[in-house]
Amino acid sequence: MSTTLLFEQLLNGLQYGVTLFLMAAGLTLVFGVMGLINLAHGSLYMIGAFACAAVAAATGSFWLGLVASIVAAGFAGVLIEMFVIRRLYDRDHLDQVLATFALILILSEGCRMVFGSFPLYLDAPGFLAGPVTLFGGFQYSAYRLAIILVGGLVALGLYLLITKTRLGIRIRAGEADREMIAALGVNIATLYTIVFAIGAALAGFAGAMMGAIQSVQVGMGEPVLILAFVVIVIGGIGSIKGALIGSILVGVVDTLGRVTLPGFFNLFMDTAAANSVGAALSSMSIYVLMAVILIFKPEGLVSNNA
Amino acid sequence: MPNLSRETFLNIIISLGLLVFPFIATAMDEPFYITLATRVAILSLAAVGLNLALGTGGLVSFGHAAFFGIGGYAMGILASHAQTYTPIFTWPFVIEGTNQMLIIWLVAIVMSGIAALFIGLLSLRTSGVYFIMITLAFAQMIYYFMISWPTYGGEDGLSIYVRNQFPGVNTLDPSSFFYICLALMFAGLGLSAMIKNSRFGAALQAARQNEERLAATGIRPFNIKLTAFVISGMITGLAGALMADLNRFVSPTMLSWHMSGEIMVLVILGGVGRLYGPVVGALIFIIFEFIFGGMTEFWQFYLGLVLLGVVLFARGGAIGLLAGKARHD
Amino acid sequence: MTDQTVLQIQNLNKNFGALKATDDVTLDLKKGEIHALIGPNGAGKSTLIKQICGQLSSDSGKVIFNGKDLAGMDVADRAKAGLGRTFQVSSLVMEFSALRNVMLAVQSKLGTSYRFFKNVRGDNNLTEPAMAALKRVNLEERAHIMTAELSHGERRQLEIAMALALDPKAFLLDEPMAGMGPEGSKKLIGFLDELRHEAPILLIEHDMDAVFSLADRISVLVYGRVIATGSVEDIRNNPAVREAYLGSAA
Repeated sequence: MSTTLLFEQLLNGLQYGVTLFLMAAGLTLVFGVMGLINLAHGSLYMIGAFACAAVAAATGSFWLGLVASIVAAGFAGVLIEMFVIRRLYDRDHLDQVLATFALILILSEGCRMVFGSFPLYLDAPGFLAGPVTLFGGFQYSAYRLAIILVGGLVALGLYLLITKTRLGIRIRAGEADREMIAALGVNIATLYTIVFAIGAALAGFAGAMMGAIQSVQVGMGEPVLILAFVVIVIGGIGSIKGALIGSILVGVVDTLGRVTLPGFFNLFMDTAAANSVGAALSSMSIYVLMAVILIFKPEGLVSNNA
Repeated sequence: MPNLSRETFLNIIISLGLLVFPFIATAMDEPFYITLATRVAILSLAAVGLNLALGTGGLVSFGHAAFFGIGGYAMGILASHAQTYTPIFTWPFVIEGTNQMLIIWLVAIVMSGIAALFIGLLSLRTSGVYFIMITLAFAQMIYYFMISWPTYGGEDGLSIYVRNQFPGVNTLDPSSFFYICLALMFAGLGLSAMIKNSRFGAALQAARQNEERLAATGIRPFNIKLTAFVISGMITGLAGALMADLNRFVSPTMLSWHMSGEIMVLVILGGVGRLYGPVVGALIFIIFEFIFGGMTEFWQFYLGLVLLGVVLFARGGAIGLLAGKARHD
Repeated sequence: MTDQTVLQIQNLNKNFGALKATDDVTLDLKKGEIHALIGPNGAGKSTLIKQICGQLSSDSGKVIFNGKDLAGMDVADRAKAGLGRTFQVSSLVMEFSALRNVMLAVQSKLGTSYRFFKNVRGDNNLTEPAMAALKRVNLEERAHIMTAELSHGERRQLEIAMALALDPKAFLLDEPMAGMGPEGSKKLIGFLDELRHEAPILLIEHDMDAVFSLADRISVLVYGRVIATGSVEDIRNNPAVREAYLGSAA
């Protein structure tokens, strides 16, 4: 395999990892602050993608679509938090799983009622549609590169938000001790709604950006959600830093596995067999990664309790 | 009913209703209802398996589709090799396919048990939300594995032409197959009731409520939970083999996380930790699907609403509504 | 170490960050005795119990029980080896009756937790020893009451009954009198007085009257260190102890 191809796949892995991070950050934040497991996070990703595709189709502007995705997912997040999630904070995880599973059914089917079962297509904005030439004549998709940059900026922004701003201090205080921040006079209900809405907006944003690479369809958020869970298990629950490390790791391992494993098996198998074995095993690679990390660090790479 | 609680009474009514159901369906000239009832029995069995881990042991597994699907593929692989007269593998020894249900069930139980052992060994090192996410992730791993492995149909799944055989029974007759499934459902219920009341069951319930205490008493919670998880996976795996036999078809859908969610929903709709919770849950689910599925393509939207309502406002499930609070002692 | 020593704790350490929860603790428990462990709140008494039971790993040091090093054994192993423990805050199976809690200990003692078919209700091999243990702590009339409905003091008794049912080779009792009325405490003192002849007791207790009337030896733990070990008389007259601890209390 050529170095160029490998490098291209590495970038693809990074781009995938950045998208996963946008999903995982919201999930892990919501878990860390409110102690809630939210299966419907993937639905917010889907809502973002549909909002972007619909608005872009109506206005012809991808950028308006992107704004719409953040607004729609954030707004959906606020509604969901106020009407459902809020009642679940004091419930056990089983209730949270079931209620948010119910939300998936409602949101997925609701989306199908509105947009139908056929996928929508979303085009990347014109000037990002082609490849860009990086050093040494190496060419790479401008849009994917943009996702990496934007995702990186969002990760940085999130880090600054949590470590440097008043809101961030409150969020971290909320993780540490609910009663304490209540005593400080912070309105917990509002804080929780804001945190949930931030997570939702990030998921919607990720969905919109990915919508131009994949097709926009019902159920598109679920595979990403499950990968985001793997990310959180690997990174350590409740930790933004862990989510970042886990996302990049999962993105790169998954992408490289798909490219390298068939070639690896081709060394001692015929091509057809190598392709099928390689494909089957590479689909499992990140779960094997998760299993290995669980064996050695059951609390994840970045443990909050350390 | 002085000596009979309302819950027991309800259980007896449901059992009798299921036992005579084929006669009713035949009298109504609706043989399709027998297939529906067979699905109720099979889904009940799958949920009985989960209920042992979830209700009795407090292990919120969101990955039971893995065992359901493995059971299904055990049927699909054995039966498809039997129908083409090709061995499954020839090295180091020859394994042939089979169309005998008894062997298929055994293989389904053993294979899903092995899978549960591995998944349990890893996921039970954690608890709470981690456990939920990890069981989900491992089930998803098997799902993607079956999708990308082309030998047994990949994404399209595997069909078989004829239902498998059971000694002395014409399994092609819907009623006969229904009674086979119903018998296994009752066996599963009996087994789970026996386990719950046994010494092992006592340790398992203690593991759910207070692990620290169980350990201080000298019983290792991990081993108890792992054993329960494996038995639970085996029961759900058997149900998977039956479901595949009913449909004469198995595909990765049986392994999907929607399936895990559905099995869990069955347990919850009926009532967590109740003996007949899974049966009531499966009854409600199938009736709901039949009625609303006939009216609208979007019936799962309404299922979601009902489920949300049950979780937020009726935590005892249907049995809780009908028979009051669960009794413990 | 003589034949009389049942439990030997050697140079045990546990740090939480900069805090030394236990600092080079060495003490032992001999056959037939009650060895009381006293000290102000936060002195590390409960940490020490957790280390002995295997609930917390030690940074260094050894726990030797009946001549055997317990290193590498978890909580369940150590309980099986004969460490009968009660918790500072009652830790019971709340949805079980008192009897079924004790039956759990009996089945552990019998090593039969992997029996799947026989119903435990009416299983005399479990109920009879469990009832006997409840009787010894005067709880037999409450046997069928749900643990969640027992009073605080009754739960303390139930904890002791569960430890008894394990037939342990040493008892580790973490504040067994806490929350008991004067009448209950008095009964319990009489009971522990006898119990020491079955198996020695390492007793953590704040009730000084109980400690002084029961203990054969007392160790005083302050800031994770044992500052003195000796008879009741020694400890009462030890100026360092008076300074650090009894000065205000006695």
